[in-house]
Amino acid sequence: MAFPLFLLRFKRRDFSMNKSWWKVLTVALLLYACIGGFLLPVPALPALQETIRNLYFHVCMWFGMMILFTISLVHSIRYLRTFDLKYDIYARQYAIVGILFGVLGYATGIIWMSYTWADPNNPAFESFGALAREPKLIGAAIALLIYFAYLVLRDSIGDLDKKARISAVYNIFAYAMLFPSIWILPRLLPSLHPGGEGNPALNFSDIDADMRMVFYPAVLGWTLLGVWITTLSIRIRLLQEKKMLPI
Amino acid sequence: MNLRKLLTLLLLLPLAHPALAKDGDGVEMADLMRSNGRIYVVVAVVVLILIGLILYLVRLDRKLRRLEKGER
Repeated sequence: MAFPLFLLRFKRRDFSMNKSWWKVLTVALLLYACIGGFLLPVPALPALQETIRNLYFHVCMWFGMMILFTISLVHSIRYLRTFDLKYDIYARQYAIVGILFGVLGYATGIIWMSYTWADPNNPAFESFGALAREPKLIGAAIALLIYFAYLVLRDSIGDLDKKARISAVYNIFAYAMLFPSIWILPRLLPSLHPGGEGNPALNFSDIDADMRMVFYPAVLGWTLLGVWITTLSIRIRLLQEKKMLPI
Repeated sequence: MNLRKLLTLLLLLPLAHPALAKDGDGVEMADLMRSNGRIYVVVAVVVLILIGLILYLVRLDRKLRRLEKGER
């Protein structure tokens, strides 16, 4: 009976006192996504086959990125309304973890793509030429590069207030650029990537009922994991700031 | 037919014939891995890695909480 006791202790210390029930939810959802994602049935589709299970991981990274960038935008706006440097730190950390999710989404997409899109009858070089013209890939790369520029811009300004103000304004611009580069342009151009006609995986009619059972919890779980990581890095940052500034 | 139309068709196919699609319809899935139970090896490895990462986060969380208490 040692294990349930451990759970109870965990609950008392971390679950109720510090209002971190959502961390328990994160763990539960991610365990469900990782177990159910491999074991629950999926539709058998040619070309995709079992790789369709990547939906629970690859697509969740992009959903997580979008949500984290949205939270970052909200904090940038809050900074501009209050000029409280705390919100500047929040916005920066959410943008960094959003970029991390985007890079992971990109990297996992590269692996998935090279097994489902690449034509085995073509020489590898020609296949790569076709893949490199994918509007979704170019759009996502532009979006991520704009966010990289956000970090470069921030760290190139020495003055604290100027840094916070300029980067908050730039963050709003970067968020606005997400819409043409990852939402609109890839849908106007022909692409191998699914979901060009609507919202990929969000649309009730283009995702199988069995997959929805895992997909939505997986999106929530991965996003909450991103939020958890971000709150930790924000707390580290705030501690650092407190040590540096004699408040 | 270009590849995009083909892919769209393939994605929409199970909606038209869900019963057919569920049975496999000649598409090769990892049925062997399921029948001999090796899929559980994959799940065990993935879950263990996930648990390891989460335990690291929990440890970091507690350490930070201790530091924040010390600050006040």
